Amino acid sequence: MSQAATLNAAAQPAPFARRSGSLGDVIFAAACRGAGIFVLVLLGAIIAGLFIGGWDAFRTFGPAFVTGTDWDPVQEVFGAGVSIYGTVVTAVLALIMAVPVAFGIAFFLTELAPVWLRRPVGTAVELLAAVPSIIYGMWGFFLIVPFMSQTFQPFVIDTFGELPLVGELFAGPPFGTGIFTASLILAIMVLPFIAAVMRDVFNTVPPVFKESAYGLGCTTWEVVRNVVLPYTRVSVVGGIMLGLGRALGETMAVTFVIGNANRISTSLFGPGNTIASVVALEFGEATMGSLKLSALLGLGFILFVISFIVLSLSRFLLRQKVAK
Amino acid sequence: MSTTMNASSMPGRPKDMKASAALGARRRRVDLIIRAACFIATAIGLLFLVSILGTLFWNGFSALSLNVFTDITRPPGSNGGLLNAIIGSLIQTAIGTAIGTPIGLLVGTYLAEYAKSTPLAHAVRFVSDILLSAPSILIGLFVYQILVVPFGGFSGWAGSVALAIIVIPIVIRTTEDMLRLLPDTLREAVIGLGAPKWKMITLICWRAAASGIVTGILLAVARVAGETAPLLFTSLGNLNWSLSLSAPMSSLPLTIYAYAGSPYQDWIALAWAGALIITLGVLGLNIAARSLLRK
Repeated sequence: MSQAATLNAAAQPAPFARRSGSLGDVIFAAACRGAGIFVLVLLGAIIAGLFIGGWDAFRTFGPAFVTGTDWDPVQEVFGAGVSIYGTVVTAVLALIMAVPVAFGIAFFLTELAPVWLRRPVGTAVELLAAVPSIIYGMWGFFLIVPFMSQTFQPFVIDTFGELPLVGELFAGPPFGTGIFTASLILAIMVLPFIAAVMRDVFNTVPPVFKESAYGLGCTTWEVVRNVVLPYTRVSVVGGIMLGLGRALGETMAVTFVIGNANRISTSLFGPGNTIASVVALEFGEATMGSLKLSALLGLGFILFVISFIVLSLSRFLLRQKVAK
Repeated sequence: MSTTMNASSMPGRPKDMKASAALGARRRRVDLIIRAACFIATAIGLLFLVSILGTLFWNGFSALSLNVFTDITRPPGSNGGLLNAIIGSLIQTAIGTAIGTPIGLLVGTYLAEYAKSTPLAHAVRFVSDILLSAPSILIGLFVYQILVVPFGGFSGWAGSVALAIIVIPIVIRTTEDMLRLLPDTLREAVIGLGAPKWKMITLICWRAAASGIVTGILLAVARVAGETAPLLFTSLGNLNWSLSLSAPMSSLPLTIYAYAGSPYQDWIALAWAGALIITLGVLGLNIAARSLLRK
């Protein structure tokens, strides 16, 4: 901007053109800056809006709103404990399933696949990220849930159900819906995000590093294990965090398959709920100004805080790589 | 795994040839197993995509008829269509994009051309990244708070605004990235001709980065066209024919959500048809955006 101003100042003979130019500059710069500040205000307003909306519930229940496990609209007792538990457990389980597969895809796309195959496979994985979440929900509900209840869960229950301790994880009837199924769908949904970040950061490793390791006689796996992964470690964790952030707030797909029961079960096959699924399902029954509505907005605020922390961490970790 | 590491980091030449041959065979075996596992991982990833598309085509095609596009949603058993849902989706997506794009464009321009690496720019970039990945249901709750409660009801406007908030960070990201790719010599040439900065940006930079910016907008459209959660508490959905933006408005994802969970076979079939339409639309937009960028 200052550059433009000095240049214009030098061109004295055309004062009118200069004035309109600098006026345009001032207006345009102000519009851009205003839009930038608007985005800041927007995020602040979202946080404030959710907090103010949930204030009634926070005030009524105090810390018990976060730790309480009762969710009883009839008695007007609301505690977010179960849904916070469900949110975290499904997201973490999803990551446990998604990360190895995502790593495999990224490894395949950067080291193993012939060059002509990289683009089509990469695009296919990215398309997986573009499929709307409601489609995942329907697909999971009509395809994965029957498969779970008829084939997978009876098999697992018969095989491991009798074992001490481990059996607890698979106790209960094979509903098909539940924590495990929700985690599986979430895993498929976050898979492309994690794989894309991993592929991109793997590609940032200078070829010289890899070539030196190959020159020493390392196998492809040893190169990835000892050169690529140490070099990209921080960003890989950042990518996983990004996936976690996505998994925490996923709504529609989870609502379809989690079973929606407000209890903490030790069984992975048991039904549960997440913050997002509770909000999506119970919002319709909450009247304006009721304590329940406030509790739902409070839940939203808690989800926002969790997501905010995870996403900030992800961004911090991913930025270090860029800054290097 | 630890033996593999030792093997690779073992200094000097091994004294025992036999042992080293065995070690080499072991390392190759581990390598082979992991390569195979990565192959399988990729196959699994692709299998999910194929399975989703296959299920959609299998169930959606049989339910797809002209009726779906010409008739509105009707009670179960009366052979309705999805016309109002499709129109509602188009309207809300269009308005959401129309509101969100200029804001996103200006912010992206601000970051790339004005603020660059000032503290304010870092803050805006950070916030935009958070908005990009924030749970979309929370944006629905927020818009419910600011537009539905004060104005006394669910409306198409509220739905459009919720979608606009999702559009903004996507457009910011691509606009900034694309503007940063432009060489500074281009900017210097324009300024050197005596053009003011705003003309440089609007007439030269935006035009030079146009294909990238349009890609971002297409991706944003594709993203919001399939969004359900932010519409649940804003436009609510409407089973009747209504084009009023101040009344509850139907949309394809909301109708799919309502129909897929219903016990009626014909409604479920319609949900599949809707799912097929929306997925083909969204994936088509994605592919279009990618091929545009590649040109």
